[in-house]
Amino acid sequence: MSDPCLAESIETTEIDYMELDRIIEEDFNNDKENLIMMLQEIQRRYNYLPTPALTYLSTKIGVPLSKIYTVATFYSSFSLGPRGRNIISICLGTACHVRGSESVRESIEGSLDISVGKMSEDQRFTLESVRCLGGCSFGPMVKINEDMHGRISPDKIDKILDQYK
Amino acid sequence: MKIESLKDLESIRQEYSRKLYYPDVTKVNIGMAICGIIAGAQASFEKAAKEFPGNNGVSINQTGCIGFCEMEPLVEILENGKPRVIYKNITEDKILDAIQDYMEGTFNKKRILGQMRDPRSLLEGDIQNPVADVTPLEGIPFLEDIPFYNKQVKIVLRNCGYIDPDSIEEYIARDGYSAFFHALYELEPSEIVSSIKKSGLRGRGGGGFPAGIKWETCAKQDGERYIICNADEGNPGAYVDRSILEGDPHSVLEGMLIAALGIGSSQGFIYVRHEYPLSIKRLVTAIKAAEKYGLLGDNIAGSDFSFHIKISTGAGAYVCGESTALMASLEGQVGRPRAKYVHTVEKGFRQGPSNLNNVETYANVPVILLKGAEWYASMGTKHSKGTKLFSLVGNVKNSGLVEIPMGTSLKDIVFDIGGGVPKMRKFKAVQTGGPSGGCIPEQFLNLGVDFDELTKVGSMMGAGGMIVLDQDSCLLDVARHFLDFNKEESCGQCVPCREGITAMLDILTDICKGNGKEGDIELLEELGMMIQKFSLCGLGTAVPNPVLTTILYFREEYEAHIKDKKCPAGVCKPFL
Repeated sequence: MSDPCLAESIETTEIDYMELDRIIEEDFNNDKENLIMMLQEIQRRYNYLPTPALTYLSTKIGVPLSKIYTVATFYSSFSLGPRGRNIISICLGTACHVRGSESVRESIEGSLDISVGKMSEDQRFTLESVRCLGGCSFGPMVKINEDMHGRISPDKIDKILDQYK
Repeated sequence: MKIESLKDLESIRQEYSRKLYYPDVTKVNIGMAICGIIAGAQASFEKAAKEFPGNNGVSINQTGCIGFCEMEPLVEILENGKPRVIYKNITEDKILDAIQDYMEGTFNKKRILGQMRDPRSLLEGDIQNPVADVTPLEGIPFLEDIPFYNKQVKIVLRNCGYIDPDSIEEYIARDGYSAFFHALYELEPSEIVSSIKKSGLRGRGGGGFPAGIKWETCAKQDGERYIICNADEGNPGAYVDRSILEGDPHSVLEGMLIAALGIGSSQGFIYVRHEYPLSIKRLVTAIKAAEKYGLLGDNIAGSDFSFHIKISTGAGAYVCGESTALMASLEGQVGRPRAKYVHTVEKGFRQGPSNLNNVETYANVPVILLKGAEWYASMGTKHSKGTKLFSLVGNVKNSGLVEIPMGTSLKDIVFDIGGGVPKMRKFKAVQTGGPSGGCIPEQFLNLGVDFDELTKVGSMMGAGGMIVLDQDSCLLDVARHFLDFNKEESCGQCVPCREGITAMLDILTDICKGNGKEGDIELLEELGMMIQKFSLCGLGTAVPNPVLTTILYFREEYEAHIKDKKCPAGVCKPFL
């Protein structure tokens, strides 16, 4: 998860409250049991979880903000700080690991000059790690946005990253 | 149209069985599970669909995965009266050639994986084999005789790769939903439960608890009962449940429906990990189609039985595969396990009695009801019946998804089905059970795989990841990888797990950095046993397994790191 302190300093996202309301009411029935899926939807919309959206969600479904924060920090897929335009998820699962995913990670980190969990300075990429994408036969695997790239080796990284602007 | 009787179901079955087996066009079936898509199946599909628009002589279809991931994209082509041929590695640039190759009857062996002797599922014994009278191609092997397939038995995977997963009609064509109708019209709930009990089916999620006993206990509880499907396959190296959901989602829905009848429930939940977007998409389509036919919803097939299924998605927490954590997560809470003084079958989701099984377990259920508990129990070993799916990956030639009868030896799986280790390297160990399992060395290769045998050697069945390690894998590095995984995924509420893992990881990291010292191995063992004994949940108690089994079987490798300051596999950087 990205650093929440960072979020406070550069968070300028405008929230469309009418849309947010529709997500909470129509898609998820205003039901706090659906909290995780509401957060996923908000993150899909804004690319991260903006604090004002969470505050609104809290009042709307009657779950304290502290509890929403607990949930958002517990699950690894949520980010409280803005993320890059493209999300790279590098698979660090076992099958990928034994086929060399560590060197792929180092190569991406070197190429973008960021470590896992961070956003590149030009906001083009955020690098995240994931524990298994289920594409084990094609390891090492890297997912960029919704595209799955299999049988990656360090020398292929730059060519793949070039496809994402 | 609603299906309101067996007659309705039968008429769909007959209509689509004809379309499935005796097409009036050239049928091109492209394997479009994630494995296929990673290998390029989507582009192949689009290219073929563009070349042959409409249904003009050639129809382009999607199917699930027939398991041989190494050969993806796999494309099956068939015409009425001609052999069904499976082409391998059909990327975008080869798809049109493959179709032409089939239509002109050239049959270029280099591109062909095999031909099919019998495309029926094991549930369709009473229909005639559609390729029975077809003259087979010479010099091209039958799929069933290829080493990768010939030791496999496809029960759970009966439809994967044979039907369009988005077509409920094709599922029905292969005798889908008839087990449910049989249960609905002809069986008492107690008969359903006792049939599952007699079959000996054990939960495929890892623990191996007898499913029938779980169902029976849940059915006895008062109050609103819930049927929950665990599709949170977080085990790295396992993609068993994903393949079922992507290839045959209705088999899971039917299993849940039967469980609901047996246990007495009107509400079902499927908890899917969000890393599997295609599984979610296929499930949504499947549920909508079942609702349209009235197989899910109120008063199903004109009876007083009602059942609804809701999909919930996880958000990246391995511990949510644990039953109490999963149910907390379903309620929108953080997924922290609780002590199970009271089991979830009594008090689980929303404090109600909840029956939790995983995807593979439910997919077995329709077959058990149709073919009979005795038939099912005749397969496998004394205490582990039926088949088990494994994703065979790592340093192995034929990686892929395999389904083998319980009791098949590790050697058969790794060397016959998997083709052994590539590039003339030497086999070192096979890892099962994911971060909770262990590494099994060569001396146990004759071991028949079942729940109890794997536990005896310090590993476990787990969800079905089987990762082959060759001479170039450092087992300390593998153990460290798992500890690191578990450290990230520990929910942090109990001290033995949270602090214990960190302590073990620090020691192991030191050893891998060349700072190991006398006594470290013993300290790791002591810590491991403490964590096993005192952790709260199943994740914690299994955390030390990867370290303890590698110490047990590969102690000399630990000693080489500590005493000789060497990494025999040449992985740990400080020693290079």
